[in-house]
Amino acid sequence: MMATDLQRSIDALWRIESPRVTAVLSRMLRDVGLAEDLAQDTLLTALERWPAEGMPDNPGAWLMTTAKRRGIDHLRRQKLLDRKHAQLGHELASEQEQRWADIESAMDDGIGDDLLRLMFVACHPVLSTEARVALTLRLLGGLSAAEIARACLQPESTIAQRIVRAKRTLARKQVAFEVPCAAELRGRLASILEVIYLIFNEGYTATAGDDWMRPDLCEEALRLGRVLAGLMPGEAEVHGLVALMEIHASRSRARVDGDGRPVLLLQQNRAQWDRLLIRRGFDALERALNFGPVGPYTLQAMIAACHARALTAQATDWKRIAQLYDALVRLTPSPVIELNRAVAVSMAFGVQAGLDLVDALAADATLKEYHLLPSVRGDFLSKLGRLDEAHDAFLQAAALTNNARECALLQQRATDCERATDRS
Amino acid sequence: MRMMVVVRATRDSEAGILPTRQLLAEMGRFNEDLVKAGILLAGEGLQSSANGARVRFSGGKRTVIDGPFAETRELIAGFWLWQVRSLDEAIEWVKRCPNPFDGESEIEIRQVFEAEDFGEALAPELREQVSRLRGES
Repeated sequence: MMATDLQRSIDALWRIESPRVTAVLSRMLRDVGLAEDLAQDTLLTALERWPAEGMPDNPGAWLMTTAKRRGIDHLRRQKLLDRKHAQLGHELASEQEQRWADIESAMDDGIGDDLLRLMFVACHPVLSTEARVALTLRLLGGLSAAEIARACLQPESTIAQRIVRAKRTLARKQVAFEVPCAAELRGRLASILEVIYLIFNEGYTATAGDDWMRPDLCEEALRLGRVLAGLMPGEAEVHGLVALMEIHASRSRARVDGDGRPVLLLQQNRAQWDRLLIRRGFDALERALNFGPVGPYTLQAMIAACHARALTAQATDWKRIAQLYDALVRLTPSPVIELNRAVAVSMAFGVQAGLDLVDALAADATLKEYHLLPSVRGDFLSKLGRLDEAHDAFLQAAALTNNARECALLQQRATDCERATDRS
Repeated sequence: MRMMVVVRATRDSEAGILPTRQLLAEMGRFNEDLVKAGILLAGEGLQSSANGARVRFSGGKRTVIDGPFAETRELIAGFWLWQVRSLDEAIEWVKRCPNPFDGESEIEIRQVFEAEDFGEALAPELREQVSRLRGES
């Protein structure tokens, strides 16, 4: 094998294997930072040995075995082995007594559990959201700091530092490497889901700058969601989040036109919606509803499914969507959800009904800087023929948005109102 | 990115010989690993070409040819759709696939076109389509 071929194979292999290797080492050493260091050592060993010795038949197993040996060597050197043996022996008290080798193979069976533990730790609430995102992409996505930096539009040094500090915080706060107990599980799981959805949205919509999509992050978030669904198959909201992401992702081809301009949902060419992803979304939604109770991600997925089911925009079941938004607002009230409900209500029960809801929101001082509010208000006003007010609302919205393309869209709508007024 | 991973046919698969229980179990585990890794999008096994047909295109003429087809090595026996980050990653996964048949066989990996790949060629058509749709709504 030529050197560059081997290098690429090893890189690809490492992307596949590193999360599990790191997870198992984290379990052995109870320290995520140390685990990553030893995992890197393992990779280096492979890079040194394989060019000469050739790639092993089962490279994944080689990496895991080598990593575990590193872990044991480290524990021995730290003279923690006896203490560890006792600790593990205590943990396995419910199972038969096992010698060290058996303990090791018990860890083998628990790789899924270790991966899950790693997810919980990487998304621990003691870390800031940005730190959780970076650490998750690093440890569970196997992305390099440079790749994370490019995807998140940050300098590489910022991301590298963020990851180092995150690991230090976890060590300092002595965050346990375990799946949270039942009492804490819901909240901790919500943290993982939040991180995954943040990663997805980072890829799906930029909040600043010109480009609307960074597909790699969407794919990685979807993949992490699916992995989590495999690790916690009984958790409705995990399936709900996966369903939501699959259906959103199904629209990626239709969301942007040939010039890179955004195409609104109701104007998208539905023939370009990816039916495979829609079907996967519906399957995941079915699992979510199976395991209940219905949570916010599942509700959002149900709303997305209503759109996905409609063959044309005209065929959309707006009354159903409005109902679902009612439920969602009760569960997780937020300005964007209230606005979306207003839009659904306007489609189901008439524009004035929608405007009434939006005017009630406009009274909220905390929403002064929220550009979507005047944007939606402008849309309703223009549909009611109140073009002067619509024009002002659109300009207000344009002034508040960070996104250049969205700004242009809103200014265009303001101009259209002017033209229509001039004609009448 | 997406890869289509194609298992090429062999005489056995064309003869309709079903896989052994052991192979089914190993393939099952492999598919499970793909699911656990979050990369399996779709996958199906294909019946022998004896149950299929071809339509030959020649200008405006269409000719139907019933299976089976002789050139076994040009036929496919099954496919997957995977979501991966690179061709190299797909290759590493394919290497872990159990031997699909006794003796030699080939698995081919092909990258799926994404919308961005069409670039300029797609833009004018799409632009026209989008403006038509905008006019309608």
